[in-house]
Amino acid sequence: MVKTAQSEAREVVFRGGGFQPGTRRGVGLAVFVVLILLAEWGTRSGFISALTLPRPSDVLLTFQELYQSGMLFKHLVPSLTRLLVGALIGASLGIGVGILIGLFSLARAGLVPLVAAIFPIPKIALLPLFVIWFGIDEASKYALIAFGTFTPTVVATYAAVDNVDRVLIRMGQSFGLGWWSIVSKIVVPGAMPGILSGLRISLTIAIILLVAAEMLGAEYGIGAYILQAGSLYDLERLFAGVVILSLLGVAVSSVVAAVERRVLRWRV
Amino acid sequence: MDLKLSSVSHYYGDTQVLRDITLDIPSGQIVCIVGPSGCGKSTLLRMLGGLEKPSEGRVLQFGDAPEGCLNPLTYIFQDFALLPWRTVRGNVALVLEDHGLAKAQREAIIANVLARTKLTDFANALHKQLSGGMKQRVAIARALAVNPAVMLMDEPLSALDSQTRELLMDDLVALWTRQPFTAVYVTHNLGEAVRLGHKIVVLSRRPGEVREVVELNMPLAERHHGDPALEAQQQHLWALMRDEAAAADAELING
Repeated sequence: MVKTAQSEAREVVFRGGGFQPGTRRGVGLAVFVVLILLAEWGTRSGFISALTLPRPSDVLLTFQELYQSGMLFKHLVPSLTRLLVGALIGASLGIGVGILIGLFSLARAGLVPLVAAIFPIPKIALLPLFVIWFGIDEASKYALIAFGTFTPTVVATYAAVDNVDRVLIRMGQSFGLGWWSIVSKIVVPGAMPGILSGLRISLTIAIILLVAAEMLGAEYGIGAYILQAGSLYDLERLFAGVVILSLLGVAVSSVVAAVERRVLRWRV
Repeated sequence: MDLKLSSVSHYYGDTQVLRDITLDIPSGQIVCIVGPSGCGKSTLLRMLGGLEKPSEGRVLQFGDAPEGCLNPLTYIFQDFALLPWRTVRGNVALVLEDHGLAKAQREAIIANVLARTKLTDFANALHKQLSGGMKQRVAIARALAVNPAVMLMDEPLSALDSQTRELLMDDLVALWTRQPFTAVYVTHNLGEAVRLGHKIVVLSRRPGEVREVVELNMPLAERHHGDPALEAQQQHLWALMRDEAAAADAELING
């Protein structure tokens, strides 16, 4: 028999999969649920001692109490106000200065080293100074949060402005658009993706600083609430406060995501 | 309005990219500039539109731009340079916004140029929804909107596939036939040059000098893909450029 050159047919091995982030709905929630159930089971069965971790259901009860006594909003409202005012001042100044650095080489030469110098300072360390400058009241807390939000926003903004496609700017010039038109219609929208992802980070930093500011001197506020609970070793209340902070973080992140969806609809 | 380059030379640092270029761009004609890569064709185009200053020599403009011309020297870019956050209509509107036109007048111009480039149905489409050919048609519509005296086209079809390129060349010929415009058309594609050029300027490799100016008298509308006379011209141009292109290719970028 003549041997043919044709040998056994085999499938070519597929090796192109993976490296493609897709959406998996509900997985994030499932992770939370599993962890909480695990903690609940552990504390109930005595596997985890009550001193190590409070029972999730007790934390929920504390939370309910907090809500029913009306103390929740007494703590939440001043905290949210501080966060809103502080972050608003810091982020808008940061975006403004960042755009200036991105546009003018004089501003860049003068301000980039300054920003680099103040970026690593733990802003909490400056709170006493802020208390002297702005008083013990709200103003010093606003200043602390604003200052902490400012630096990361500046860095993200000028990097975003640097990344705007120069071809588009050249196009604007070649059509004789005015300077202001080029900035407002080409540079700022082009920098928007970078500015928004920078805001995600700086707003989270704002929450951290909010708590720090409230721990150092506030009657009401989530930070004050956590501090009180912590000094009494009231773990249920402590965790209730921490949960509020986490929820705040999730809320901020989804607000930014909503803004991104609206403003960056044009993105592929 | 005519343009003229008068003994233009240009240097980037110590490297001379253009040497003593004198060139007339008469109104109502398409002047194609061809040459091997790195010969300074795009630099030349940027100078014609005032985006770059020549080291030596002058760029001159004769006569005034016609009435109703909003931006006499208007570019069409290779990579389209459209704002991705604006719709087709928005991209055209962008270049009309700084001229203090009444809203009705702007709308009329936009409707007119979108119709001329067959984009009326896509007025509200976003950048990410458009094909490459459509993007370049939007860029052409945007350029037409300012009623330019001279269109400066920098390899406008190079980013497109060859079928789309053929279609867009037909579109350009149709636009020109309906209403002749002045254009400087930089390309490395000799086929495009012989289809669209009334005058083809062949540059040498760096430093770019004018090697030859070829005049083509056949009307644009009669030129077709695969026409023997055009093929012969294209062969002639390629013969001129072949050695230059080979030599340019063998050079190190900053050598």
